[in-house]
Amino acid sequence: MRKSFIAENPSVLWFLFCLGLFTLGVTVLAEATGAGIISTSFVKTLGKVLCLCLVAIAMDVVWGYCGILSLGHFAFFGIGGYAVGMWLMYARTEAIVTQSLAERSIPPTAVEVNDAIASQIFGVVGSAEFPLIWAFSHSLALQLLLVVLVPGLLALIFGWLAFRSRVTGVYLSILTQAMTLALALYLFQNDSGLRGNNGLSGLQNIPGFEAVPQSMISMAFFWASAAALGLGYVLFARVLSGKMGSVIRAIRDDEARVRFLGYHVESYKLFIFTLTAIIAGIAGALYYPQAGIINPAEIAPIASIYLAVWVAIGGRGRLYGAVIGTAFVSLLSSWFTGGGAPNVNLGFYTIQWTEWWLVLLGTSFVAVTLFFPGGMGMIFDKLKKDAS
Amino acid sequence: MALALLCLPALLHAQDLQTLLQSHQKVIIKPSRKSVGPALDALVASGLPSIPAFLEHWQGKEVYNRKEDGLFFYARKAQGGFELVDVDTGEVVGTADAKALKQIKPNGGVRKEIASKLVQFQLSDPDIERRIAALVSITQKPGANQLAPLTASIEGETDPTLKLRKIKLANYLTARFGETTDQRVAAIEGIAKDLSVDGRAVLSQILQTQRIASETAPDANIAKQLQIGKDVTVEDAYALLVAQNGYTAKLSANDIRVALEANVIDGKVGGFSVLKLDSLAERHAAYDALADAGTVPERMTTVAMIAAVEAHGFYDVYDEKDAAVTDAALKAQSAVQTRVGVNQFFDISLDAISLASIYFLAAVGLAITFGVMGVINMAHGEFIMMGAYTGYVVQQFIPNYTASLIVALPLAFAVTFAAGVAMERLVIRWLYNRPLETLLATFGISVALQQLAKNIFGTQARPLTSPGWLDGAWIINDVVQISYIRIAIFVLALMFLGLLLFILKKTRLGLEVRAVTQNPRMASSMGINPDKIKMMTFGLGSGIAGIAGVAIGLFAKVTSEMGSDYIVQSFMTVVVGGVGNVWGTLAGAFMIGTFQKGVEWLNPSNTLAAQTYMILFIILFIQFRPKGIIALKGRAAGD
Repeated sequence: MRKSFIAENPSVLWFLFCLGLFTLGVTVLAEATGAGIISTSFVKTLGKVLCLCLVAIAMDVVWGYCGILSLGHFAFFGIGGYAVGMWLMYARTEAIVTQSLAERSIPPTAVEVNDAIASQIFGVVGSAEFPLIWAFSHSLALQLLLVVLVPGLLALIFGWLAFRSRVTGVYLSILTQAMTLALALYLFQNDSGLRGNNGLSGLQNIPGFEAVPQSMISMAFFWASAAALGLGYVLFARVLSGKMGSVIRAIRDDEARVRFLGYHVESYKLFIFTLTAIIAGIAGALYYPQAGIINPAEIAPIASIYLAVWVAIGGRGRLYGAVIGTAFVSLLSSWFTGGGAPNVNLGFYTIQWTEWWLVLLGTSFVAVTLFFPGGMGMIFDKLKKDAS
Repeated sequence: MALALLCLPALLHAQDLQTLLQSHQKVIIKPSRKSVGPALDALVASGLPSIPAFLEHWQGKEVYNRKEDGLFFYARKAQGGFELVDVDTGEVVGTADAKALKQIKPNGGVRKEIASKLVQFQLSDPDIERRIAALVSITQKPGANQLAPLTASIEGETDPTLKLRKIKLANYLTARFGETTDQRVAAIEGIAKDLSVDGRAVLSQILQTQRIASETAPDANIAKQLQIGKDVTVEDAYALLVAQNGYTAKLSANDIRVALEANVIDGKVGGFSVLKLDSLAERHAAYDALADAGTVPERMTTVAMIAAVEAHGFYDVYDEKDAAVTDAALKAQSAVQTRVGVNQFFDISLDAISLASIYFLAAVGLAITFGVMGVINMAHGEFIMMGAYTGYVVQQFIPNYTASLIVALPLAFAVTFAAGVAMERLVIRWLYNRPLETLLATFGISVALQQLAKNIFGTQARPLTSPGWLDGAWIINDVVQISYIRIAIFVLALMFLGLLLFILKKTRLGLEVRAVTQNPRMASSMGINPDKIKMMTFGLGSGIAGIAGVAIGLFAKVTSEMGSDYIVQSFMTVVVGGVGNVWGTLAGAFMIGTFQKGVEWLNPSNTLAAQTYMILFIILFIQFRPKGIIALKGRAAGD
């Protein structure tokens, strides 16, 4: 008899419990809803970290479980951010423009409003017309659909092309990296229709909620991010359990053998690749309104590699490992680069962590790959072993 | 009588400069741009040898007028006032008090007129610098009156290059200002063989057109009758009618809004409620109501506009009246354009080859570490950077650029070879069976190295100056040229190709490397130490990256991030070319370089787009040839 999903994956309950406890704790301590010990900007940081954790578990599924080292998932993350950012920017500019046009003695025509919004948004890149890709930007519902559709379709097409011609291993990694680079370079152009390297900005102002203070808005996004992370975790745990999960893991371990057993390997890989890309897009859509700005530098290939680094440090092949690794490294990173860490005085030279943090990260990452291939997740394995 | 006749011209010439100046005294003392012309002409026509010197002094504000008798002198400051120099003889004739003299200060416009007269004297000046300057001044501001002196000066020109330039320039002037049609056509046909920008400018100046609207066919040299909707939009055509024929301008949406806003009375405009005026149709109706009331002028309707446009023909008319000349110029222009196109293609091909050699240099190290050993080294770009910084540091100690380059190349190889060996020993050898983790570990090293370089050298770009003999460019003609640095890089790339092929195919090390990569266990049972070979191979690949770094640093800036600019392209080059084959890398570099330059040619303003399309192209290319251009066959292919 098959055990139930929960009984088979006790870690899911543990994870949801910890996440819930964490969310509750932050809510109680936050400025807007509780004691005021945690500042609004830190709530934002925590919310962003939760989003990064979500894209990290997607990365873990595609790499740790399915064996595809994709260096393009941060591109999907960015696309999600751009998709939601377009609506945020349009709606906010529309509100501003309508207000300023209302001061005229004659009400504006629809064309006038549209032109004014366009020149407001695209003035920085020397244009005053809406590009075609902004056709849906007036509608939140359609843009939210794009958050899912664009990364999903892109991953579907790219994955189909790549898996069909049996591009595997490091070749696939390089190919995904090339895709990311192509996307970033495209977005860097001024005539890409997404404001070139200016990117989209002012995303932290949510249209329709101007009266709500930022502290409350960031709290809402924090809750949404936590909920998305919880749901994403359950979704992936569900996908990876049972027979399907076994096939996926088997593909990672020996693709050829799974193919000889009669499974259509390409379909499984394509499904996982596309699903994780969609989740990455959703994570991005939640992340960038908290970050406030998105520009093409965000999706440069290096960001995707960092994603892989987080997952590797946390321990791939374990969903909670990805979460732990991401939370640990990104919080540590903001502590070090934000000047939180005390400088070390060696007498002849003072180590300033803002300068040396990346050196430390790089070398410790090499150490993790060499000596702890299981990452931080190994600690839990050891605990489990000791307990039994 | 005969004597008198003979003497007559001599008598005319015998008139001295001072006398001549006196007859134009007023104009010369207070010259204006308009009045100075006849006086200048008279001066030049006199043919006196002292004219050029006078013009120069005049232009340089060095001519003085003595107030008591109105005579002109050159004057220079001396004790007790000014020393006077006679304009004819050039001898000092006396001194004068500053108060007794009036300095003649021609304004800028006059000085330009003087300069244009001076040019013809300068064209035959014994000083070659001045002759060149005169030519440049004619080139910048060509005029009909310069043709004759220029043609006259060709005969006596001693410098052969300058003579050629003069002939060429005279040809340009003839094409534009020649007296007879035949002369001009002949000159234009001469330009057809010429690729220079100046020659093309002459042609386009001859072919300059103006757009006119006319109800009947105009009596002029018509270049083209325009078709409405195809060559010119109705709006533009009407704008021409407004500008030339005095039609009423069509009101823009904004004009109408402004007019309406000015006439709002009690929330109403022309009987229409203001609140309803949020569409163009409503606004037009309100405006027409205002016009009917006579408050604003009639609005030009679209129908009327189209009718007005249709009543006219629109023509592009040459400024040049002579049809034979414009026909010849058109023919010459198309001939020149074809030749320029061919040459541009040649130029782009040279660019593509040079870009390909840069990619090849950057990627050839990878071709060894990744291609031969199958190790993904994300820190390869940082080895390139290390090489470039080595070159920079060497230049700090050896100020002679040539010497420092000679030291830097082997030193860069040594430094990166050592770094490569160290990395292989410490990290990579533990990960030979885990390629994905090699990728990540080397990425960690790359991040650390990049930050380390930033900490040591700072974030600003450091210069790596190339020696003087690499400056400049090899100019083949006016379109095709290539800088010496790029040629040097091309040569360096060729040398690397040769060296690498030699090492891999002809030496003991190469044999062992190939043996180890094909079958390490068999190789080790033949007495080859695979550990040592892998170490050496990795060192070799890294060392080559170092040398490539010096080469790249010579034309690009040395920054801590320069490596990451090349890493993805380098991997692409190796993958596209076919892994495990130096020839493949060459083919890959050539293909990527050509493709990128090709896209840039189609859309020259946008290098970012070229890179984007190139990557998309590569992604598609991999679909059709997953193993690259030159794929290994049989067992060596591995899987």
